[in-house]
Amino acid sequence: MFGYDPKPEDFAPLTFDEKASDAITRPPIGYWQDVWVRFRKNKLAITGLAVLTVLIVMAVIGPIISPWDYRECDYGHFNEFVSSRHWFGTDYLGRDMFTRLWHGTRISLFIGVTAALIDLVIGVMWGGVAGYFGGIVDDIMMRIVDILYGIPYLLAVILLLVVMEPGLTSIIIAMSLTGWVGMARLVRGQVLQLKEMEYVLAARSIGASPRKIIIRHLIPNTMGVVLVSLTSSIPGAIFGEAFLSFIGLGVPMPQASLGTLANEGYQVLRAYPQNMIIPAVVMSLLILSFNFVGDGLRDALDPRLRQ
Amino acid sequence: MSRYVLRRFVLMILSLWVIVTATFLLMNAVPGGPFTSVKLTPLVEKQLERKYGLDKPKWQQYITLLKNLCRFDLGLSIRERGRSVNDIIRNTFPVSALLGVEALVFAVTVGLTLGIIASLHRGKALDYTAIIIAIVGVSIPNFVVASVLQYVAGYKLNLLPIARWESFKHTILPAFALGLGTLATMTRMMRSSMLEVLSQDYIRTAKAKGLSSAQIVWRHGVRNAILPIVTILGPLIASITTGTLVIERMFGIPGLGKYFVESIYNRDYPMIMGTTVFYSALLLFMTFVVDIAYGLIDPRIRIARGKGD
Repeated sequence: MFGYDPKPEDFAPLTFDEKASDAITRPPIGYWQDVWVRFRKNKLAITGLAVLTVLIVMAVIGPIISPWDYRECDYGHFNEFVSSRHWFGTDYLGRDMFTRLWHGTRISLFIGVTAALIDLVIGVMWGGVAGYFGGIVDDIMMRIVDILYGIPYLLAVILLLVVMEPGLTSIIIAMSLTGWVGMARLVRGQVLQLKEMEYVLAARSIGASPRKIIIRHLIPNTMGVVLVSLTSSIPGAIFGEAFLSFIGLGVPMPQASLGTLANEGYQVLRAYPQNMIIPAVVMSLLILSFNFVGDGLRDALDPRLRQ
Repeated sequence: MSRYVLRRFVLMILSLWVIVTATFLLMNAVPGGPFTSVKLTPLVEKQLERKYGLDKPKWQQYITLLKNLCRFDLGLSIRERGRSVNDIIRNTFPVSALLGVEALVFAVTVGLTLGIIASLHRGKALDYTAIIIAIVGVSIPNFVVASVLQYVAGYKLNLLPIARWESFKHTILPAFALGLGTLATMTRMMRSSMLEVLSQDYIRTAKAKGLSSAQIVWRHGVRNAILPIVTILGPLIASITTGTLVIERMFGIPGLGKYFVESIYNRDYPMIMGTTVFYSALLLFMTFVVDIAYGLIDPRIRIARGKGD
């Protein structure tokens, strides 16, 4: 009835050669390995990753290898230029700039990464739930997001910081309070597409709970886009913190972030430009390398977008 | 379309309401009243509180605030004695607006041009130059750009004035520092948008018809590529507006941004609140206008929205 007559030979076992022709000779490449292979070919992205690694390593070991503490004043050595005693010179209170620089990088990175991660967790959960359930749940959740989305980010942060106790925690809280809405929108958009996929239907048909579908199937599949967005929201937060420092709402003394260092350096720019230039260069390199890595990652995750 | 406009309008008003309410709650959460820093006898403090309506219950204060805001009355500054916030905004905002518009015009014209040039020379030296300008421009904070400009162009080379607000010459450095980031974003977006459009079938058709390359680039390329750019204008205006806070302080420009930052230093709460509400309303309105404009200029969106809503 199919125009095919089964013959006894068809049911004979395959010879060894015939079996071998089906074998996969190369080891299978996973999704992330594939991404890495493409990412590695991108020179700018690799350079960015290298610079970023160096900066992170220095932020970790810099304050340790320096003989000075970031709060310590070396009396009689104010505003000194680069020397063997103080590798990057000193500031107006005689504090060692090398130590303060890497301590500041630490703080800036910490603020950037923490704020971005909090945004990520809230945003992914919110967007995931809204996108998966749809209907009235989605409507209510996304109207809230729409309303918050309209609020100018930095103004809201300024407003919160004026009222809160100055400090690291306040800055991170203020930044995350309005920062997550972008991520929520992004994830919802992704989930709306993904939930129509066959594997979600399959999971549902074997009785997986919505919670399990969201956490096991939907969210892992949005990670690519989320990761790209993370590489732009981390430098965004670092940038934001620097901006806040510049208008007097940054981390309080004697703490230092790259922003407060640049601000202090700016006060003495004409006489001791190195105190401004060094933190500014490190901050720019940090943001630049994050941007390169982000661009590379975006191209690697979705080769169609590459131009 | 009108339903869409209405919906966006309601959202805008709601966002503004959230900001106003949050501001009110936050300002009330601050320990101590606005007069705690000044030493006053209890009687004088009472009188002052009565004058500013602070002796009434909180909910009444809130209603009064909303009523006043509906009449565009932002209250009095405590630091600048006897001046209303409206007054300060009226005097200082035009300066900020001029600076912002100058930066925006500079960023948009140069950014778009660079983006178009880059896309037409894809993979060549000009393209790489534009890409590098774009990425570096995005990565360097505006206050770093500003201080380098002040140090090099102002202090070392003595080319341009680095402070005050007198002639066009005084505006060049701050506008450049303020606009560079936006310029970079513009270049980047325009380049990728142009590349996308230039790979479309209708461009090939245009070539096949024998149109000159100038006509292809302008009539079919740029006009289509520029549409998506309009959508990012809202966020860009927001970033320029917040940028003025820092730039005005650095260049000693008597704009609203400088006053706002000073009011933060002085903890002048009514001024902080009034200015925040003003900035938020301005930015929300700008985004609203940009979104509506996008719908009007792009027929595809207009039709999709007409059907959808």
